[in-house]
Amino acid sequence: MTIKIGIPRSLLFYNFIPFWKTFFEGIGAEVVTSGRTNKAILQDGLRLSVDEACLPVKVAFGHVEHLKDRADYIFIPRLVSVFPREYICPKFLGFPDMVRQNVRGLPGVIDTSINMYRRERDLYGQFFEIGSRICGNPFKIALAIKKAGEEMKRFTARVESGLRPDRAYGPGSPEETPDRRKNATVAVLGHPYNIYDSFINISLLKRLEDAGINVLTTDNVPEKEVNYYVSSLNKKLFWTLGRRMVGAAYHFLESPGISGIIHVASFACGPDSMTGELIERRARRTGDKPYLSLTLDEHTGEAGIVTRIEAFLDMVGMNRQSARC
Amino acid sequence: MKVTFPHMGNLWICLDAMLQYLGIETVVPPPSSKKTLNLGSKHSPEFACMPLKLNLGNFMEASERGADTIVMAGGCGPCRFGYYAQVEHIILEDLGYKYSLVVMEPPEKHISELLSRIRYITGNKPWMEVIRGIKFGYRKARAVDRLEMAAMRKRPLEKRAGQTDTALTEALSIIAGSAYGKLDDAIARASEIMDQIPVDRKPVLKIGLVGEIYTLLEPFANLDIERKLGRLGVEVDRSIYLSEWVNDHLFMGLIKGLRSSSLYIKSSAPYMRHFVGGHGQETLGAAVYYNKKGYDGIIQVLPFTCMPEIVAQSILPGFSRDTGMPVMTLIVDEQTGESGYLTRLEAFVDLLAEKGARKEELA
Repeated sequence: MTIKIGIPRSLLFYNFIPFWKTFFEGIGAEVVTSGRTNKAILQDGLRLSVDEACLPVKVAFGHVEHLKDRADYIFIPRLVSVFPREYICPKFLGFPDMVRQNVRGLPGVIDTSINMYRRERDLYGQFFEIGSRICGNPFKIALAIKKAGEEMKRFTARVESGLRPDRAYGPGSPEETPDRRKNATVAVLGHPYNIYDSFINISLLKRLEDAGINVLTTDNVPEKEVNYYVSSLNKKLFWTLGRRMVGAAYHFLESPGISGIIHVASFACGPDSMTGELIERRARRTGDKPYLSLTLDEHTGEAGIVTRIEAFLDMVGMNRQSARC
Repeated sequence: MKVTFPHMGNLWICLDAMLQYLGIETVVPPPSSKKTLNLGSKHSPEFACMPLKLNLGNFMEASERGADTIVMAGGCGPCRFGYYAQVEHIILEDLGYKYSLVVMEPPEKHISELLSRIRYITGNKPWMEVIRGIKFGYRKARAVDRLEMAAMRKRPLEKRAGQTDTALTEALSIIAGSAYGKLDDAIARASEIMDQIPVDRKPVLKIGLVGEIYTLLEPFANLDIERKLGRLGVEVDRSIYLSEWVNDHLFMGLIKGLRSSSLYIKSSAPYMRHFVGGHGQETLGAAVYYNKKGYDGIIQVLPFTCMPEIVAQSILPGFSRDTGMPVMTLIVDEQTGESGYLTRLEAFVDLLAEKGARKEELA
């Protein structure tokens, strides 16, 4: 019988699923993922977590709860660092501990630390350790890691070419490549688990696309570009997602093709309170692009979001018109 | 150059001593107050944690008194504190303040970065002098901590309400005012004042305070929790003291015989197996420690949105379930109201007293 590995569709799922899935399948396991976030998942998450946790963490609790009976192992790695000298966020570091204390009836838990703080190649040993728990054949594990790395590279290239991560994985259809000539392009900045989870952001991306807007996100900005822009900061940012957001924001602020910027953050997000401030202050100093800041939590209502998006798009439209005159 | 720094409890006593010893002009910001917090919150990011807002308010108020240089500590994450100085500086810039910023933090590339920053402040004072200044500041920190510990022990026992606090204020001002070379004398006088507080002998409840360092050390931020608990007849201990923190983080544990955070980290093991930044792991470890020491209850204090403490907060109920130790979490920010806060403290203390009485009945 093949071992089933449950991967919750939450937190860094959208960033690393190609790697994780290829790896686990490479060592002969079957991967099951939780479905897209829905009301039941959110409700369970709210019940299991403390009020003070941010929305993505609450949602992640819900995904774990919905996955625990369908898998032999649940994969919630301790995401310490996915880039040398940088962290994710304290809540990611403590997530496995929080889950163990609050979710009852867990199957096996794979919570090996993913820690590339010292150097990137430490990742190899960490995945080897994970692999050894499931598969006895070291060659197979090594091969699986190699294949996963290649898959990840392909995925990153596709995302950096402008595809959305939730579309770039798997057989992406060519007509989804955005056509930037005709319509306005809006940049959506935010953590991947907020902008690609259409339930918690109330279909933000779809609403924009339905309005005929091309959307680019933080993830579409190549690493090189990000690093070029953040090098102007007085101090290196020590959060990977924060650094990427600030770099992408500065890049978008200077790109003439971008007609507006939407910043999406979860209520009470720690890193975003700092990086969001850097971005907003820069945007205000530059001052020529409409800027919308959306804060998400479990009480976010559809009507409010829709009104704000409409107002924002009106501003984008007006700006473009006055530019044409 | 007029140097200022943010408030954190009695930190100013030791920083001021150190800088003045080195002949640097200092501007101590007015004690943190409602006005400080209002100023700070008005210009800070909404979801920034409370210490940032108070820091900002401190700097704005210090500027009115002529300060032009900020000395701040930094860090390398993942707690937000590591990026405080930079964000605060940008905000101050946008508000039109002309401050130069010197951040003391672990260097990114080479130790020379840190040394040159120290040089920026100290000018060309010999390094031996700098070290002597640091030692002087540290000794004051240690003395202040001892006085605070004495006050926390005496408050529940004092014969007349408020005597301890009067004595503490006097003792602290003696330490703060003492010059280099006269410190031993000052310490002796200060501890004598504390010893002379008349006390009753009676059994007291013991509560351990755990949580985020700033809100633990700054009475304005924690709404004077030590004093409030003391008046309710509770002996308090806190998991972090300034001198212990300095010894752990700046002297790398050079001074032996002090309680150290490594103790907490060891005891946090069953609940938290990894650091989470800030003092998250220490919070859990300290809870385990106080449980072993036979304390009656634990209160966690944290600023709203504090990430490491939220992790600890999620895990504390599990610890409480396993050990039967009552734990309460208090979250503070600019919206915290005093009476609601006091009610919760009173209820918690009542609960502990009742629990203690029931235990005695059964015994």
